[in-house]
Amino acid sequence: MTTNTTAADPEPQRDASRDLRLEAVTKRFGSFTAVLDLNLRVRQGEFFALLGPSGCGKSTTLRMIAGLEQPSSGRIVIGGDDVAGVKPYKRPVNTVFQSYALFPHLTIAENVAFGLRRRGIRDYAARVDDMLALVELTSQAHKKPSQLSGGQQQRVALARALINTPDVLLLDEPLGALDLKLRRQMQIELKRIQTEVGLTFVHVTHDQEEAMTMADTIAVMNKGVIEQTGTPEDLYENPATTFVANFLGYSNLIAGSVTGSDGSQIVVDIAGTRIAADRSRAKSTSGAVWVGVRPEKIHLTGASEAAAEGVNTLAGGVVSDVSFVGVSTQYLLRMPWGQELSVFEQNSGARKRFAPGSSVNLRWKASHTFLLDHDQDALAGVETEADGQ
Amino acid sequence: MTSACHTVEPDAISGATHRRRIPIAYWLLLPGMAWLLLFFVVPFYSLIATSLYDPQGGVDSGYEMTWHVANYAHAIRDYAGPFARSLLYGGVATVLCLLLGYPLAYAIAFKAGKWRNLMLVMVIAPFFTSFLIRTLAWQLILADQGAIVGFLKWLHILSADGRLLATPVAVVAGLTYNFLPFMVLPLYAALEKIDPSLIEAAGDLYASPVRGFLKITLPLSKAGVVAGTLLTFIPAAGDYINAQLLGNTQTRMLGNVIQDLFANVGDYPAAGALSMSLMFLIVGMVMYYIQKVSTDELI
Repeated sequence: MTTNTTAADPEPQRDASRDLRLEAVTKRFGSFTAVLDLNLRVRQGEFFALLGPSGCGKSTTLRMIAGLEQPSSGRIVIGGDDVAGVKPYKRPVNTVFQSYALFPHLTIAENVAFGLRRRGIRDYAARVDDMLALVELTSQAHKKPSQLSGGQQQRVALARALINTPDVLLLDEPLGALDLKLRRQMQIELKRIQTEVGLTFVHVTHDQEEAMTMADTIAVMNKGVIEQTGTPEDLYENPATTFVANFLGYSNLIAGSVTGSDGSQIVVDIAGTRIAADRSRAKSTSGAVWVGVRPEKIHLTGASEAAAEGVNTLAGGVVSDVSFVGVSTQYLLRMPWGQELSVFEQNSGARKRFAPGSSVNLRWKASHTFLLDHDQDALAGVETEADGQ
Repeated sequence: MTSACHTVEPDAISGATHRRRIPIAYWLLLPGMAWLLLFFVVPFYSLIATSLYDPQGGVDSGYEMTWHVANYAHAIRDYAGPFARSLLYGGVATVLCLLLGYPLAYAIAFKAGKWRNLMLVMVIAPFFTSFLIRTLAWQLILADQGAIVGFLKWLHILSADGRLLATPVAVVAGLTYNFLPFMVLPLYAALEKIDPSLIEAAGDLYASPVRGFLKITLPLSKAGVVAGTLLTFIPAAGDYINAQLLGNTQTRMLGNVIQDLFANVGDYPAAGALSMSLMFLIVGMVMYYIQKVSTDELI
């Protein structure tokens, strides 16, 4: 096993030959295209998240890597070998199933030992003990799965896959069945275990917070294609599409048009107000654009306060709703052109709170502005139900 | 029920609670219990009594109850052949039903897709016709002039004057055919409950399809195998229609003997003793079997 590289620290001596690569992979079910021309590179030792809403093709992608589905076209390469067409039981890949799929007639220890025994490894007992210790289930070794809690079953499923030290470990929404508190605990636990064993994890989830908490790299999928791949910070700060901007956290997307440029900055007109955006964060540099800014990047000021250098100001906002949520206050502001924007202000005590009906100016740094192509749907990726928490 | 009236106490409140004490569940049990009492317990008792009558009596002169236990020894000694054949034919038919029924149930449970319900109806379809008619139809299927016999002769598996009808093969074939649904349905019920992701997980954990089947599917369907073999073996071992219609005098099963003794010979004590012997033997075998296979692994 080579060094465990993280996305933030690209080691030059990294062994690229053990990467997982998907090349132009397409999967069709009849006339329905689940995955279209997907290209992906997961580096060895990386915690990689495939993030997307249900039905976006992420689980199909995972099942193709596991060998449970065959791609209609394209190559899947693990450690230099094309595994498309190789049967699941001959792939160096193990899966943690969404339903855990623990064998109900076997004990916890027998479940964990299953993979080693099928490969004819005789001295599996010590390794099973070690693995049960890693997931803190030593005392449950001789129980049946049905006697364990959901969180414990989840850890058994993880141990049963991990013990085989696969080249790639696949996790299919492994935390989906757990309640919120347990899910947060298991996220930390999973990340700890991944760091400890140094294996490549490919984690499929629809929970953007889960993906951001754990993953080194996230690929955001929508309708069978990858919208954007990058580190959590990169995706959050520099979304490439409106879908990514809305699916990861919240974004205010305001219609504007590019009027020119000023050195490293693009100048955009929003309903008669001139604002600036860094060229490096502009995905579109001419014509109609979506001007994006995250709600927590915006500060509210009274209508009369003067703006500092390098700060964009949108005037004429009226506070239409205030919700106090402890660490922050969330405002809804109605703009002169009718759009409602949201702003999160930290409750640090340094700033005064505005009451509904107050007139305010919205201020944010030019460097916090991103520009997206206006051809896209501004509501793509907006979660209509409260399912993302 | 009268006890409720006897226990009425001076205290009116406790009296009221006493009257309400017979839960509704017992009332629901009542019709079934009455039915069993009338049509199972009473005949069972009368059959035991019959098996212990003095064999000197007759249908016309009447029998005397003399606790004549020797009836059993005589009956088993005289009819050891049919006794053994009942167990043998029943056993072979059960094994054949399992071999034919398991792949069928597996296919319906995992591979049939939208055809699943149709296939289940087809498994049950024979029940729409009388058991007797279906067995008579097998006389035609296995007839000396029939296509199957002709084909087997052409293959030289049967000699030129060989036949299937009136052989043990015909009896076992009839039993297998008639009791196959009793094997398939419990097997299907057990297999259908298995989460397909368990089989995927076995494959994911380096088990080849065959190993996955032996380690996961088969153990998880054990309850269905046990139920199916019992539901097949018990009626098959006691059957007499198949031996009657498809066999000959050399293939008589215990059911034929009992029927003959009761209906034609009129030797009630021997018939009763044989009935009781077969029943006790089967109950004993079933209990041993269940204990042997199901220690703690039946989920």
